Amino acid sequence: MDLLLIAQLGVIGLTFFMLINASAILVLAERKIMGFMQQRYGPYLVGPHGMLQPFADIIKLLMKEELRPKGADKWLFTLAPMLSITAAFAAFATVPWGAETTLFGLLDEPVKLGVSDVNVGILVVFAITSMGVYGIVLAGWASNSKYSLFGGLRASAQMISYELSYATSLAAVILLAGSLSLREVVDGQSGVWLGFIPSWYIFLQPVGFIIYMIAGVAETNRAPFDFPEAEQELVAGYNTEYSSVRFALFPQAEYINMTTMAAVATDLYLGGWHGPFLPPEYGWIWFLLKVGAILFTYIWVRWTVPRYRYDQLMRFGWKWLFPASVINLIVTAALVLYFNA
Amino acid sequence: MPETLIFYALSGFAIGASAMVIGQRNPMYSVMMLIASFGALAGLYVQLDAPFVAVAQIIIYAGAIMVLFLFVVMLLNAPKEDGSEWDRSHPLRQPAVVRLGGLLASLLVVQLGWALLSARGLGGGVAAFGDAETVSSVRVLGRVLFSEYVFAFEATSILILVAMVGAVVLARREGEGS
Amino acid sequence: MIPLSHYLIVSAILFGIGTTGVLVRRNLITILLSIEIMLNAVNLTFIAFGRQLGSVDGQIIVFFVMTVAAAEAAVGLAIVIGLFRHRESLNPDAFASLKW
Repeated sequence: MDLLLIAQLGVIGLTFFMLINASAILVLAERKIMGFMQQRYGPYLVGPHGMLQPFADIIKLLMKEELRPKGADKWLFTLAPMLSITAAFAAFATVPWGAETTLFGLLDEPVKLGVSDVNVGILVVFAITSMGVYGIVLAGWASNSKYSLFGGLRASAQMISYELSYATSLAAVILLAGSLSLREVVDGQSGVWLGFIPSWYIFLQPVGFIIYMIAGVAETNRAPFDFPEAEQELVAGYNTEYSSVRFALFPQAEYINMTTMAAVATDLYLGGWHGPFLPPEYGWIWFLLKVGAILFTYIWVRWTVPRYRYDQLMRFGWKWLFPASVINLIVTAALVLYFNA
Repeated sequence: MPETLIFYALSGFAIGASAMVIGQRNPMYSVMMLIASFGALAGLYVQLDAPFVAVAQIIIYAGAIMVLFLFVVMLLNAPKEDGSEWDRSHPLRQPAVVRLGGLLASLLVVQLGWALLSARGLGGGVAAFGDAETVSSVRVLGRVLFSEYVFAFEATSILILVAMVGAVVLARREGEGS
Repeated sequence: MIPLSHYLIVSAILFGIGTTGVLVRRNLITILLSIEIMLNAVNLTFIAFGRQLGSVDGQIIVFFVMTVAAAEAAVGLAIVIGLFRHRESLNPDAFASLKW
């Protein structure tokens, strides 16, 4: 077998492994940070400082009985969680997470850290993320429960509304980078301005970054925009009727989607694996640190900001966020035209 | 040849899923099957060196238009189609008329197949001419779209605006607003 | 090497399925879905011919078809909602009279 092929397969396997672990780590991190913010300990019993809590959670969920409501649609009820998790994993397929490396001279040709690199990478991520909505909508419909149905309806309306702002803020970065490949966008952010400012697109696109983050929170259905599963209004929203493994797949998909959002934000705005001090081969450490920082912000926001009302969400999305992102795009386009000419 | 195998798998899947769209009575399943069919077609577009169109197919068709359909199906709680809803008294639904239509349709199919198989210049592989770089380049696509087709592009934007206003007006309940 | 005619045959079959759906189904939503199948069959033809001729014009036409399809779906579904409010039915035969 070709050594390069083995290395490439190894990178793909590693990406998959990291995504699975990311969801487990995020479950623990969320509960620990929530505990810290509410001045309690959080999970503390399983393992040292509750470090093994995710394993306990998973074992508990796997041991539960799998229930399917009598009126539920047999096929779609099973299909929905699978669709969710598949879309979540697949969306990471074109996200690069490190520079090219020869694994310390082990390989003749450098291998790219990332599953694949296609020339429309950003759009592929966006397309597959937009498929994730079907998992939630179908779960809501197939459960044959009014709370689930409301959750599904809300999810579809919310995700379509915020997808627009999300895509428009992406378009501004694409204009700056002049490429649709995520790896080329990251490579456009190497180097520094004025000797000390890293040339990351966040400094050129501060508004775009904020819009991206807000739309990202709404796309992943997290508080303060967690209307599809608002527990005070809808029991548990679209996953009310789910139990056991099928139930476990929804939060896992949510956490993986969060990771993808954070990774794409890192690639687009925060310079990906470029950073000071470390040589390029170790750039993935910077990448992980940046993703971790964004994920921490996600959790921080969730436990700080209360949930909005549904009409406020729609008004904010359509009347503030979307116009802001369009203006941002137009200004960026004008400036790119001015400086390139 | 993996390429050929993928082509037959994808087109078979697209045809099968499309047949399922019209082959059963639950509108929810129809929508899901159509999404599957669009996915297979996107795969065919990738094979034809059109990755941008493939992605646009997923984003626009599967990600936006089909969500709209799904939303309406859920909103209306669309009832399953019932066989008894057939109105058989219409003159065009007499058995003889239906049989004549079926005969003409199969005649058309035979003619079409004959024409396609006997036409010249269609053999020798679809990717024989032109280079894949130009055809799959988003840069070239954008340039042509915003230079040669710029009028059509602007006309489409007006079309979308009209459609949006029309949809809002049509779906509004009577007596609401104004 | 897959010849162009194979793509055209796939497209013809899809178009046929779409036409059959419009003629046979008695549900407005399924009829709209069948129209989408027909539009997609045409899209496949455009892209296959574009590839054969080595030009991107086919892909651009497909974009226009997609936008028209989006507009058609928005207006069509709005009409379906309006009709459903009137008659509580999605059967096109229920809307046989012009006066209501």
